[in-house]
Amino acid sequence: MQKEIIIAGFGGQGVLFGGQVLAYAAMDNGLDVTWIPSYGPEMRGGTANCTVVIADHEIGSPLVKNPPLAIALNLPSFDKYEETLAKGGTLVVNKSMVDHAQRRNDIHTLFVPCSEIAEEIGDRKLLNMVAVGALLTSLPEIKVEDVEKALEGHLPARHKHLLPKNFEALKRGFEHAQKEWDKIPA
Amino acid sequence: MTTENLVYERPEAFTEMPTHYCPGCTHGVAHRLVAEVLDEMGIVDKTIGVAPVGCAVFAYNYFDTDFVEAPHGRAPAMATGVKRVLPDRVVFTYQGDGDLASIGMGEIVHAAARGENITVIFINNANYGMTGGQMAPTTLPGMKTSSSQSGRDVETQGYPIKVSEMLSTLEGVGYCARRSLHDPKNIRLAKKAIRTAFETQVRGLGFSMVELLSTCPTNWGMTPVNALKFVEERMIPAYPLGDYKISDAIKQIKV
Amino acid sequence: MPKELWKGNEAIAEAAVRAGLEAYFGYPITPQTEILEYLSRRMPELGRAFVQAESELGAINMVYGAACTGVRVMSSSSSPGISLMMEGLSYIAGTEIPAVLVNVMRGGPGLGNIAPAQSDYNQAVRGGGHGDYPRIVLAPASVQEAIDLTTLSFDLAEKYRMITMIILDGSTGQMMEPAEMTALSEPKRKNFEWATNGAMNRERRILSSIYLNPLDEEKTNLRMLKNWKNVQANEVRYKEYFLEDAKYVIVGFGTAGRVALSAVREARAQGIKVGLLRPITVSPFPYEALDQLTSQAEAFLVAEMNMGQMLDDVLLTVRGRVPVEFYGRPGGVVPFHNEILDEIHRIATGPVTVQTDPRESWLTRMYGNLKIAVP
Repeated sequence: MQKEIIIAGFGGQGVLFGGQVLAYAAMDNGLDVTWIPSYGPEMRGGTANCTVVIADHEIGSPLVKNPPLAIALNLPSFDKYEETLAKGGTLVVNKSMVDHAQRRNDIHTLFVPCSEIAEEIGDRKLLNMVAVGALLTSLPEIKVEDVEKALEGHLPARHKHLLPKNFEALKRGFEHAQKEWDKIPA
Repeated sequence: MTTENLVYERPEAFTEMPTHYCPGCTHGVAHRLVAEVLDEMGIVDKTIGVAPVGCAVFAYNYFDTDFVEAPHGRAPAMATGVKRVLPDRVVFTYQGDGDLASIGMGEIVHAAARGENITVIFINNANYGMTGGQMAPTTLPGMKTSSSQSGRDVETQGYPIKVSEMLSTLEGVGYCARRSLHDPKNIRLAKKAIRTAFETQVRGLGFSMVELLSTCPTNWGMTPVNALKFVEERMIPAYPLGDYKISDAIKQIKV
Repeated sequence: MPKELWKGNEAIAEAAVRAGLEAYFGYPITPQTEILEYLSRRMPELGRAFVQAESELGAINMVYGAACTGVRVMSSSSSPGISLMMEGLSYIAGTEIPAVLVNVMRGGPGLGNIAPAQSDYNQAVRGGGHGDYPRIVLAPASVQEAIDLTTLSFDLAEKYRMITMIILDGSTGQMMEPAEMTALSEPKRKNFEWATNGAMNRERRILSSIYLNPLDEEKTNLRMLKNWKNVQANEVRYKEYFLEDAKYVIVGFGTAGRVALSAVREARAQGIKVGLLRPITVSPFPYEALDQLTSQAEAFLVAEMNMGQMLDDVLLTVRGRVPVEFYGRPGGVVPFHNEILDEIHRIATGPVTVQTDPRESWLTRMYGNLKIAVP
């Protein structure tokens, strides 16, 4: 088993941390995992992305051209990764920040209003957790509870009071995505 | 011979090796002053010297202490490395003006700025001695060298760098003085300054440096006597002697 | 110890601390700055020496000074900074004292960029600094390997009184992976018979790289080579993947090696008998392992993130007995596994022939792939 996930968005949308949470959960589940960010000047204000690879064997390339799974938290990321996603893959799109529908029909595109849901929970920074929750509907190797445990185990102590809201964001994202799946004809 | 008549004795801090310096060169005097201070302070066996690239490249042959040999200009960085892992040892560099004030300007300024607890003996003889008397950063305006053959033209070759004045502006410097080696009185004063510099280090009072105005009769094309006269008449006016930085704590030290 | 998620650069820093690092001297440069930042906090916390130097030149000479005292000392930098350190590196080599230097490589030459590259292989393996000197070069491909090789680097440096360099590309430095650390212990100072740490109750010592008499320098050079022969005999490390029945053998180190692994897996799933040799010590290079593969392989493919540097070591070993092909992505580009898979397909469907310089046909293919005009 090997799966690759790309998470992309603006700097400040929690792109890198979203990937790290998945990496922690995969590690705690006994899987091999790599997390690699785009780094350098593009970190400052531009588009940020990270690639997470999880596998049950020694991982080769930490980067992937055509990932089966991706999260696009803003419009440029939607346009970019919709194009490169592997056929049959799943793309979670932050509906709050895009203005057009999907162009490809050979992938599953799940529109989730991540920013709005996060604001409803009371912390707009949680949009990354909403999106991660949504992605988990396509990643049976990691369950929502696994991510919750990862957050509990690896979030710095000073952020522990944020756990309940993080859990809620994951759950709301997962549930919203499930409804989106229901809309997709089998 | 009774001790009453003893006018010269080899310092304990010296090896038996005769120096390779030219007749009339004051490197030998500077070496001797350092050796006498190490003897008097009883710190020979805990001292680690850092030799430069330049005429004093073989300094390690003459001092009976542990010694390392630095790349050109890098002695203060190397001394930093030694001192940071062995803070209870005494570490000194011995550098010329090309080494310290040209290629090694970055290293000396930053070692001083960090207040590294090291002692620097800085020989200013206004030229690159070992490579045959080229213009140094300290060469006087108009002074002829093998690479400023019509005399240093400040329009195209810049002005001399006054190292003691410059370093004395840095907070990390505990003690910074300029002395001359051109006559017995000044040699005695130079020794006192060297002692103060090492005392600064063993007391942990910051970076210490003594700049010594020195002769280079061979490359200057002068007799030893005329070279001493040149230091007195030409170098001292350009590089005034004195204490450029002496912290209050160091003023209290009686040497 | 349980596994933790470690970032490559920070993992190297902590592994060095746990290996008994007593002093670190460095200067900021992307993509290795996390090593400096991490140690700026960690070393003082443990009462050990840390200095952010005025330049890489300052840093390497502080390393030189501390190394003379016999303690475990390290610096780290990235390509342009490593170039600046080459003076000090040569002096350290000439003085025959141990020191560890990490190069998190980026695209070059010149200022280049900060993207992952393997373009300093030649600088690390074949020289860089002036003079004739051997050095050990380790090339980790994962965070765990970076930790293990950091620990090893100090042992090797001391055992052979030799510079040990760790070269990795920026992606391994920035990557996070689960990894296990060794336990933290107090550094034990070994009383080396050569260390200049103050002549208390012993003869004084001199450490220098100067041998004014050419015959003395020659003897020193020969001694270094003899020492290097021991390193070659005892310290070669590499990893083999799917080589038992491989007709085609890929050779790649670091990230290029692991990207190749993905391609090998996919090709194997398609029934192509391809394997991978991943050198871990690029100096000493695994010549013998590669030589043995020459009798089994129908063709080699060298994959690198440069214009073909390790390629020369492979050509030197294979000596025209079978075709050697090359695929590289220089300039800070990390290849995708699909690209190497395409190369495997090309070689497996043949024909491939022995070429004087495999870079030439690669260059032609590159202009085609990138759809740019041949100048």
